[in-house]
Amino acid sequence: MALTRNADAVAPARRSSPLAIWFARHMSISIGSLGRLSRHPFSSLMIILVIAVTLALPAAINLIVKNARSISGSWDNALDFSVFLKRDLPEDEARALGRLIEQRADVDLVAFISAAQALGDFKEHSGFGAALDQLPDNPLPHTLVVSPSAGHTSASMILLHEELGNLPETEYVQVDTQWVQRFHAILDIVRQAIAIGAALLGIAIVVIIGNTIRLDIENRRNEIEVTKLIGASNAFVRRPFLWTGFWYGLFGGLMALALVYYGLYLLQGPVARLAGLYQSNIAIATMSLQEAAAIIGIGVFLGLFGSWFTTARHMRRIEPR
Amino acid sequence: MIQLENATKRFPGGQEALSGLSLSIDKGEMVFVTGHSGAGKSTLLRLIALIERPTSGQVIVDGQNTSRVKRRKIPAYRRQIGMVFQDHKLLYDRPVADNVALPLIIAGVGHREASRKVRAALDQVGLLHKEKRRPETLSAGEQQRVGIARAIVSRPKLLIADEPTGNLDPDLSLEVMRIFRRFNEVGVTLLIASHDISLIDRLGCRRIALEDGRLQQEPEEDVESWR
Repeated sequence: MALTRNADAVAPARRSSPLAIWFARHMSISIGSLGRLSRHPFSSLMIILVIAVTLALPAAINLIVKNARSISGSWDNALDFSVFLKRDLPEDEARALGRLIEQRADVDLVAFISAAQALGDFKEHSGFGAALDQLPDNPLPHTLVVSPSAGHTSASMILLHEELGNLPETEYVQVDTQWVQRFHAILDIVRQAIAIGAALLGIAIVVIIGNTIRLDIENRRNEIEVTKLIGASNAFVRRPFLWTGFWYGLFGGLMALALVYYGLYLLQGPVARLAGLYQSNIAIATMSLQEAAAIIGIGVFLGLFGSWFTTARHMRRIEPR
Repeated sequence: MIQLENATKRFPGGQEALSGLSLSIDKGEMVFVTGHSGAGKSTLLRLIALIERPTSGQVIVDGQNTSRVKRRKIPAYRRQIGMVFQDHKLLYDRPVADNVALPLIIAGVGHREASRKVRAALDQVGLLHKEKRRPETLSAGEQQRVGIARAIVSRPKLLIADEPTGNLDPDLSLEVMRIFRRFNEVGVTLLIASHDISLIDRLGCRRIALEDGRLQQEPEEDVESWR
């Protein structure tokens, strides 16, 4: 006995700091819960897969929207105004007006299409050639195609649109790319829908992880009771389950990334073929590093939240009998 | 060390497990609680371990009134007491040494210090050579000794045991009691519930006999009081 007491007196000098003990303990618990998952590889994998699919779905749709935006964004830059002039305006005055508009700072280029030229084009392309020949006079006006300068904003576009429309010579201004703006509006709705869908799927992940952890708690009920009997706090008993949730979330997030990247890989061939057909160099926009990190981060957060939520409810209930 | 003042435990059905029990156990005592099953032995230990709270009356352990221990503080309270159970309550998914280390891990003791204390505790119950074995590969007596090592590893001042020899044959029972005796000799207070009267008589310790949740009146005393 004297010997052991002596050893006790020496021990404090070698004792590690509480922080180091806390850290070491967490490391061993995290590895322990990882080991527990690996002991049931199939069921663990199924849960991770469910989480991965649930995370990958909104991420993939988000990526599609992002690509659609970037493609339509390049159309947006080619935004032109067609200014239809009054029909009684003589051609030389119309040309002079075109040169005048071209001098504006917010205008890059003005192309003049005469009424005769427009009718010629229409005859050629519409297939109504013979019918159009029956017309007593040309129903088409002279047209100015106004290309805005490169540095335009949507506010400056609206101003230009308005000022062109207010010219006394103008009959009607048509924005050729209004459908692009409508398309953007649709994409915005899709984005909102994704946000709502993603929130619902997030709840689904919390429920899935929560239920898995609940089963785990039931299976280890005896162990929880015994450790509580020996003086373990709720926090102590919860820790391994929180780590389990963390691992589910982390692996689910990583696998979601893998699924999205695999999908991108599968699409690469067809997109390259399409780009070849259009002789353009369209490439798929992939996920940015932040987006990839966000998927993993969301996975981990939902995993932790699901297990935290479940353990908070069940740990209190399990008391030694 | 332990004082009960008029402690009563009534269950929801109205049945009383303890009825106004008062008793006192001093520091350094080794006391047995005897009585038939249902006499209130287990309930008494459960009140001391704060697994249950008395319906009325006081339970004071080492100067702490258990009814003032908040729910949140129960784990810390339990860590001061070593507990031994009839069914050992070992965790069968981990080796003997990890079972014994559990109270130290809960208390946040560092790895090196914990393993030293675990070896010391296993040495005291004579199982140092089996520290890496799984509990299910041990005999009932050995498993109970692992349970005892776990109860004493953090050196509690009080050890309570509920039928520690209930599943053991006489030789093993005596061995377990001798281990308890040794702890008592170094100052640990022990409260042991048992119905093995012949064994208790051999040890010559104080006996608290319970009957229907009260202290049993000794027959001789009954006769004395008649006169």
